[in-house]
Amino acid sequence: MSAVLKVENLVRTFGGVKAVNGVSFEVMPGELKALIGPNGAGKSTCFNMLMGQLKPTSGKVYLNGKNITGKPPRAIWRRGVGRTFQITGTYQSMTVAENVQMALISHHRKVYSVLPYAYKLYRDEALALLDVVGMADQADRACAILAYGDLKRLELAIALANDPKLLLMDEPTAGMAPKERINLMQLTSDIVRDRGVSVLFTEHDMDVVFAHAHHIMVLNRGELIADGQAAEVRNNPQVQEVYLGGGTLYKQEIADA
Amino acid sequence: MGFFVAQLLTGLANAAALFLVASGLSLIFGVTRIVNFAHGSLYMLGAYFGITLMNILPGAFGFWGSIVLSGLIVGLIGVIIEMFVLRPVYRAPELFQLVATFGVILVIQDLALLIWGAEDQLGPRAPGLKSVVRILGEPVPQYDLALIAITPFILLGLWWLIAKTRIGILVRAATQDREMVGALGVNQSWLFTGVFFLGSALAGLGGAIQLPKGGADLLMDLNIISAVFVVVVIGGMGSIPGAFVASVLISVLNVFGVSYIPQSTLVLMYVVMAVVLLIRPYGLFGREEKAGEHGQVGEPDRPIRPAGLVGRSFVAVLLIGLAAVPFLFSNFSQVLITDIIIACLFAASLQFILSTGGLVSFGHAAYFGGGAYAAALLVSYTETPMELAFLFAPLAAGLLAIVFGWFCIRLSGVYFAMLTLAFSQLIWSLVFQWYDLTGGDDGLVNIWPSEWLSGTTTYYYFTLIVGVGGIILLRHLNHAPLGYTLRATRDSARQAEATGINVNVVQWTAFAVAGALAGLAGGLFVFSKGSIFPNELEIGKSFDALIVVFLGGVKTLSGGVVGAAFMETIKDWLTRLEYWRLILGLVIIGVVIIAPDGIVGSLRKVSEKIGLRRTEEFMK
Repeated sequence: MSAVLKVENLVRTFGGVKAVNGVSFEVMPGELKALIGPNGAGKSTCFNMLMGQLKPTSGKVYLNGKNITGKPPRAIWRRGVGRTFQITGTYQSMTVAENVQMALISHHRKVYSVLPYAYKLYRDEALALLDVVGMADQADRACAILAYGDLKRLELAIALANDPKLLLMDEPTAGMAPKERINLMQLTSDIVRDRGVSVLFTEHDMDVVFAHAHHIMVLNRGELIADGQAAEVRNNPQVQEVYLGGGTLYKQEIADA
Repeated sequence: MGFFVAQLLTGLANAAALFLVASGLSLIFGVTRIVNFAHGSLYMLGAYFGITLMNILPGAFGFWGSIVLSGLIVGLIGVIIEMFVLRPVYRAPELFQLVATFGVILVIQDLALLIWGAEDQLGPRAPGLKSVVRILGEPVPQYDLALIAITPFILLGLWWLIAKTRIGILVRAATQDREMVGALGVNQSWLFTGVFFLGSALAGLGGAIQLPKGGADLLMDLNIISAVFVVVVIGGMGSIPGAFVASVLISVLNVFGVSYIPQSTLVLMYVVMAVVLLIRPYGLFGREEKAGEHGQVGEPDRPIRPAGLVGRSFVAVLLIGLAAVPFLFSNFSQVLITDIIIACLFAASLQFILSTGGLVSFGHAAYFGGGAYAAALLVSYTETPMELAFLFAPLAAGLLAIVFGWFCIRLSGVYFAMLTLAFSQLIWSLVFQWYDLTGGDDGLVNIWPSEWLSGTTTYYYFTLIVGVGGIILLRHLNHAPLGYTLRATRDSARQAEATGINVNVVQWTAFAVAGALAGLAGGLFVFSKGSIFPNELEIGKSFDALIVVFLGGVKTLSGGVVGAAFMETIKDWLTRLEYWRLILGLVIIGVVIIAPDGIVGSLRKVSEKIGLRRTEEFMK
């Protein structure tokens, strides 16, 4: 089976700082993969390059074998990559259903259409997607009055609108209560199981990561130091050093200076 | 050679006042993020206070003392404006602040009229600097040389203040991150007030220091503001050195323009600006504006639905009533309602990009007047039948919007507003100065509709059908996928881009549509009046549209139409009052502070409170 997402030797520098330094990995179909690492490890930079917000300094990103390096976010989305944001980016002036309908309108290439009423378009499809995330009963509420956890679920429904092969989720449970986190990640793994979609997510909550991820990658100082199953990663001495403080960071600092 | 040097010196001398005003505006913007449209009014006040003081205080000491005193007085006036008008609206969307400062312009205009009268006042000449110096055989006024000598010191002084003092550090810190400065224990309110004092004082100084060259009149507020905007946009918002370089550039250019291409001095300024922005979109010394999520400040907009049975019946009754007007009322009321419908269409076209798109355009008159002039030019020069010329109005305005939109859409927020304003000024100056083609100030006349449309009643029905048709079209667009997509780009450009929407192209399309419909309103206008003059392209015309949208309610769909209808109806009565600007200005400021929802928004809230209308909980 070939990889859905393949990243080859990705590098991004900001001035003299190598934020991401030669990262390579693959995400297989139906895989729920986590990308973790301490603050400043390069997770967000890495993610932003996959999503097209940042152009890599060098390296390649392949989606289903096709090169998507440096393409804008909207082009990457068209090729079947959905995404959710760390800070939700929903349309506050629309209802819950309309938020999903908007993504569907774009997916069906009806953005420039001027004749139909938008609120009637693809409503059934939108309701079905809202049902997947358990938000169907709130379909006609104004998005602006939703609780944060509900916004996160709504964003997940939006991300599923173009029937993606790959979902990129940037800190999906950030800012949520513990119970909500568990629910959202359970929902995500259900989606992976039922729809065969692959998910790559970054996360700070280790409980979430070790409970749900099939595979875990650890990034430190822009370099991938581990990529494997939970047990392997847990027992990896380098990972233990990074997370439990073997002094690597500090020593490295002196060496650099 | 001598002539060349003399020209250069005049340009440098003219740069002094421009730099003072522009640096003040830039400073205020940098810290408070408020574009103070009333900055030109402060400049005007500086000039008037200067004359008054110079007449009281004698001699050279009196002259220079008056200039400094004027600056201080105007600085204090700035403090009053900041404390009573702007402080309540710092957290509101930028449009609210801009409209509030426009209210201030109106108030100051009438207060100045009240105090100093309508006549232009000649500035006294500087004692001891009344004669000229011969440089390479050309006469150069001594006062010009004095100004050239003074300006670098002001720049240095400002630089010292910003770079070397504690206040300067606070100002720079606030320019970068005012929340953080607040969190570190600095009283932001007083910092803002202080910066407003300094910025206003600079404008007042600018007004007073140019007196020997220019004098004082009631038009100088709006006359300088567009030049100041050009300077600030070219130099980069918030940059003092940028303001200096751009002031010199524009002033020198102007002087040479007057000598070598006198017909296009005004145009030249805007062309230079367009070229600079093409190469550096944020000005010579400006930093890229971080585009925030638009329309998110304050209460979010409500979800929308097409009007229900009640709403449609109401509109139907209204339309039947309008159709019956010729049978019941005089010609005069038909003319009045024709004007109202045209104003409503114009406002609705602005509201489409302003409210739905979150794109605050400050130059929408360019498309109204542009469409009107396009039709008028066709009729005047090619004897095109009226029907074709009329269709050409929205087409030409749409094309204009496509061209200007290409430049503007790449910018956001305040830069977008400034650039749209500058482009509309470009069109205005073209029309105003290209006398041979457009008749300049004399306008184009004898632009009448075809025989079959020429009666007042016939044209009334024509306007009713076309105008209301345009309004309904815009209303429908809001509910169509294009309108929804536009709203999506406003609510979260990030999410829109991440779901396959090309935000820039969608906004550009909307900008063109709004331009075309403004042009349609312009077409209706020119054939209803039979003539067109450059004032239909002025800043004031663009502001009128903004104000009616605002009065009607920005966060509503019908605000523009309701606001325009309201305004046009009372305008006839209001403008008969001697100090109507003062009243209107105070009303605008009052609405901004007390009832920011506007007419429609306030009515909606009231009807929700008494249970006539469903609340936002569920939309079925």
